Amino acid sequence: MESFEVPQPSKVNYLNAQYGLKSWLLTRDHKRIALLYLGSVTFFFFIGGIYAMLIRLELLTPQSDLLSATTYNKTFTQHGIIMIFFFLIPSIPATLGNFLVPMMIGAKDLAFPRINLLSWYIYIIAGIITIYALIAGGVDTGWTFYAPYSTTFSNSYVVLTGLGIFINGFSSILTGLNFIVTIHTMRAPGMTWFRMPLFLWSTYATALIMILGTPVIAITVLLLAFERLARIGIFDPAIGGDPVLFQHLFWFYSHPAVYIMILPGMGVISELIANFSRKNIFGYSFVAFSSLAIAVFGFLVWGHHMFVSGQSVFASMIFSVLSFAVAIPSAVKVFNWTATLYKGSISYDTPMLYALGFIGLFTIGGMTGLFLATIAVDVHVTDTYFVVAHFHYIMVGGTLLAYLGGLHYWWPKISGRMYPEGWGRFSALVVFVGFNLTFLPQFVAGYLGMPRRYATYPPEFQVFNVLSTAGASILGFGLLIPLIYLIWSMRYGKIAEPNPWHLPGLEWRTASPPPTENFLLTPIVTWEAYEFAPPEEMEVVGTVHRGRHARSDVDAPIGENT
Amino acid sequence: MAESIAAEHEVHHPALQHHFENMEQQREASTLGMWVFLVTEIMFFGGMFFSYTLYRWLYPEAFASASNHLSLPLGAINTGVLIFSSFTMALAVYSAQTGKQRAQVICLTLTLLLGLTFLGIKAAEYKEKYDTNLIPGHLIPSRPFNPDAVHLLPGARKENVEIFFWIYFAMTGMHAVHMIIGVGVLSVILFFATRGRYGPEYHNPVEISGLYWHFVDIIWIFLFPLLYLLGRHLMGHGG
Repeated sequence: MESFEVPQPSKVNYLNAQYGLKSWLLTRDHKRIALLYLGSVTFFFFIGGIYAMLIRLELLTPQSDLLSATTYNKTFTQHGIIMIFFFLIPSIPATLGNFLVPMMIGAKDLAFPRINLLSWYIYIIAGIITIYALIAGGVDTGWTFYAPYSTTFSNSYVVLTGLGIFINGFSSILTGLNFIVTIHTMRAPGMTWFRMPLFLWSTYATALIMILGTPVIAITVLLLAFERLARIGIFDPAIGGDPVLFQHLFWFYSHPAVYIMILPGMGVISELIANFSRKNIFGYSFVAFSSLAIAVFGFLVWGHHMFVSGQSVFASMIFSVLSFAVAIPSAVKVFNWTATLYKGSISYDTPMLYALGFIGLFTIGGMTGLFLATIAVDVHVTDTYFVVAHFHYIMVGGTLLAYLGGLHYWWPKISGRMYPEGWGRFSALVVFVGFNLTFLPQFVAGYLGMPRRYATYPPEFQVFNVLSTAGASILGFGLLIPLIYLIWSMRYGKIAEPNPWHLPGLEWRTASPPPTENFLLTPIVTWEAYEFAPPEEMEVVGTVHRGRHARSDVDAPIGENT
Repeated sequence: MAESIAAEHEVHHPALQHHFENMEQQREASTLGMWVFLVTEIMFFGGMFFSYTLYRWLYPEAFASASNHLSLPLGAINTGVLIFSSFTMALAVYSAQTGKQRAQVICLTLTLLLGLTFLGIKAAEYKEKYDTNLIPGHLIPSRPFNPDAVHLLPGARKENVEIFFWIYFAMTGMHAVHMIIGVGVLSVILFFATRGRYGPEYHNPVEISGLYWHFVDIIWIFLFPLLYLLGRHLMGHGG
């Protein structure tokens, strides 16, 4: 009966291998660094969330009553900066990615553990600088920092915030570098590229964007700071610069950055859909390559943010066509996930609820993206709430749901405890309802012409804003529930088995939580990704000391004590 | 199997980190890591090369006029210095690979000295710009940029020469920062080389520092013609 053996869960694992603050702050274990990131990312998420609630409360009424116009400008700017640079970009790669990349390929750690820890410290330093800038007086340029407002006119802490973003970029670059090198050089014997779980393909594609795009925003922010400090005409036309150059450089990073945020989410969803349908993913190689295609196309479409910037109409047309082209690999994913569900053995556990929510919301976000890629429609809805709703469907409906789904799915592995399933399902539904109530009305308000980034609006838009604020309250409530029960479950949750979902992936073939070196012996991979055992053997797969007896020859001798 | 693993543990090199299976894997990982890092560097400089292209296309005459105020001899000497330093760096890597301890130390020292020479000449050039009020904007409060110091070619406009100088300072300044980092890295490598740490089995740090050094040289090979060699023929003299 024994096909693979896992270390006893109650004994030494990465959480109890060492104790004390120092053992955490100086750790080089990718799993501990993932937890450091998890904590800090969550902290920034709630800071950004407070700003979001302030925005929604201010917009409850047409007048500017809760916040002054200036404060409102700072509020939405800081919401954007914190959420994008300090939550969305590091969220899935730096927490789930850090935890899972070595485990999924059967390695002991990432290729450069010290650099991995360094990236967390860089992130924290950048975060402190940014938070300091926010407390000292804030920044009011919008997260896009458009010149010449940011370089010449704004009276807020542009340079300091820019410094925070500049420094934070290096954290992202180092994480990306580590992932690329790890996936190339550290795969266990038998773990070929096409046996890798799809999460790794999307993480790899994300890492490519991180290393190619982030340096460009670094130099852009640096030039912005130079212009502001030294009055050199780089972007301000009054002193000889070119403001459209700023937009080109900014969006050259910031559009691909959208894919840094959504691609890891897509990877998580591929895992969830295949594993909770207990079916091999439909068209593995299409899903794998669509990640790379999105990464490549993503670099060629930045101009669709600039249809009204004064760039040539010809350039706009090319960017428009290329933007439509990005929809193809994205649609490949959605269709393949749907096809995977067909005749699958679906279980509606919390992670799967998030995954199903993702598919629906991402589809809406993606389709409205096509509206915005159409030049004529885009000119009509530029800088309206239509755009706001569109990218929140991708960022919140996509990335955040995938992040929560992934967090629940791998929680038993991360913490060694189960989360409470009933509360999980309940909060997933609350989040879904709250999210839609928040952002669906914004499509309508935006289409009718309500502009973004104003503290006041004409009274006829109030009904949409009241709905939206009500939805945001529900969403905020829904997001607090997991925060509470996940923390609760770390101490009081049911002890998790090594493989609570009965899945074939490598990360499930070791203890929960895993030992510091992940596997006692380097595993030898002889199976394909998502290769599920025949139904009659399902029940025993993955339990301690028992496995797929009929196919013991194909299982890795993990944990074999020598 | 158990014996073979135990044997491997006994003979493994002291420089092998615990999470790698063997030296070969460790070497591959660090080399690939450096290449990936260099790709990010290309993108970082790429933002400035793009700005250069744009503004040179917009203001070709102003660029040519301003370029004539850079010192061609100093730029050319520095180019030679860096190319030669790349040669000594390559020799240092070769000596490490073949286990020639003394040659390795000598070549690393030479490379380090050549790097410092480059930085010294660069500093002299910056000093000259400072003296002639050609530092852009109000970076030096007492000496704001003085466009009248630039001899204008036909078609060039006074407002646009400053753009050349900020690009010049941004690109060469960033390059100099990379040189300084390179000198720091080489000092560490040299320190360990004198203690005989690198030999035929383990020389990867020397190799990847070499990669970095060559990359910084190559950036300069692009900067020199783009910044120093514009419109020399229009001036009718050697600059």
